[in-house]
Amino acid sequence: MDINFTLVAQAIAFFVLIVFTMKFVWPPLLNAIETRQKEIADGLAAGEKGRAELEQSSKRASEALAVAKVKASEILALAEKRATQIVEDAKGTAKAEGDRIITGAKAEIEQEINRAKEGLRQQVSTLAIAGAEKILRKEIDAKAHAEILTAIAKEL
Amino acid sequence: MATEHALTPSSYIEHHLSFNSQSIGNGSFWSLHVDTLVMSVALGVITLGLIWWIVRGATSGVPTKRQAFMELVFDFVDDQVKNIYHGNRHAFIAPAALTVFVWVLMMNAMDFLPVDWVAALVSAIGGEHTKWRVVPTSDINTTFALALTVWFLMIFFAIKAKGLGGWIHELFCSPFGTNPLIWPANFLFNLIEYVSKPLSHSLRLFGNMYAGEVIFLLLGLWAATGVTGTIAGAILGAGWSIFHILIVALQAFIFMMLTVVYLAMAQESH
Repeated sequence: MDINFTLVAQAIAFFVLIVFTMKFVWPPLLNAIETRQKEIADGLAAGEKGRAELEQSSKRASEALAVAKVKASEILALAEKRATQIVEDAKGTAKAEGDRIITGAKAEIEQEINRAKEGLRQQVSTLAIAGAEKILRKEIDAKAHAEILTAIAKEL
Repeated sequence: MATEHALTPSSYIEHHLSFNSQSIGNGSFWSLHVDTLVMSVALGVITLGLIWWIVRGATSGVPTKRQAFMELVFDFVDDQVKNIYHGNRHAFIAPAALTVFVWVLMMNAMDFLPVDWVAALVSAIGGEHTKWRVVPTSDINTTFALALTVWFLMIFFAIKAKGLGGWIHELFCSPFGTNPLIWPANFLFNLIEYVSKPLSHSLRLFGNMYAGEVIFLLLGLWAATGVTGTIAGAILGAGWSIFHILIVALQAFIFMMLTVVYLAMAQESH
């Protein structure tokens, strides 16, 4: 065990090596590792954020879907009601139209009957007059006997 | 190995445990262990140079396998430092810990080189009886140099963190109290602490590596007893090598942890 100048030389070598490591070895590794750690942390944070956003938007989408469903069923119900109403309206209109046509037809028939009656009456009166003329064998003053003739015609 | 000289177990071990010492002046202090210096500096330069080459183009994107491995080592060291030291560790303590860990680990790992192969290689290059020890950490100079550097750094950081007055105040007033009557006790206590720290720091590593080397040499001696002994020695040597992997890594780790703990403690006020 002899202590000699080797000790001093070794101490110097040791110190130089420490300084070398301190200046050239440690900083680049530290820098690389810390940068990577930061990048990974950022990436994880971004992923987490994206996941949260996805969750939120899917929640929003399902909410919107529910609202749309409610609205759709509302619209459907409304449409059904409207259709029923239209059918009812159409029914009413058709009935009214039918009634109107029937009424018109009845009135026409009535008119037709009246006209026919009138025609008949006139013909009958004409016939009666002709008959009377023939019976009386003489000219009848149409004017003088018009009243009587009319009364006869009415009785017919 | 030399064959013309008498080869005794003690001469074999002594040969393997002698340093390649070169005198650079008068007195026993003024000499250099060339083997220790060359091995440790070469290992430090190669290992840290390799690491520097790997991390030079470190990317924050997908790392290469080399970079991933270095990040593994980085993380390992950084985690340990993070748990002990709560200041800005990236400025000094963590790089220092990485240096200590990697360098000591590599120096310890030289123990795995077969002792007689190294001796044969050195004899082939430098001639017979050239002495060369490959494990720098089994030289007390290395471990003590590291521990003393840490010790000076410890005092430097203590003064930097607390001021010179604060540091001296702490020498006399902790751990027992500020009463002037117990100043001597405090100072004695701190003195023992300051002396024992580098000693335990350096001797623990030195003792482990030195003992490991001696055991390898003792197992190597079996080869002198014949074929059976050679095979037995080889098997035991392999077993000891495997167990030694644990010691090598563990001692490097302990040396790093103590470095970090000492430097961290120096900056905490009591």
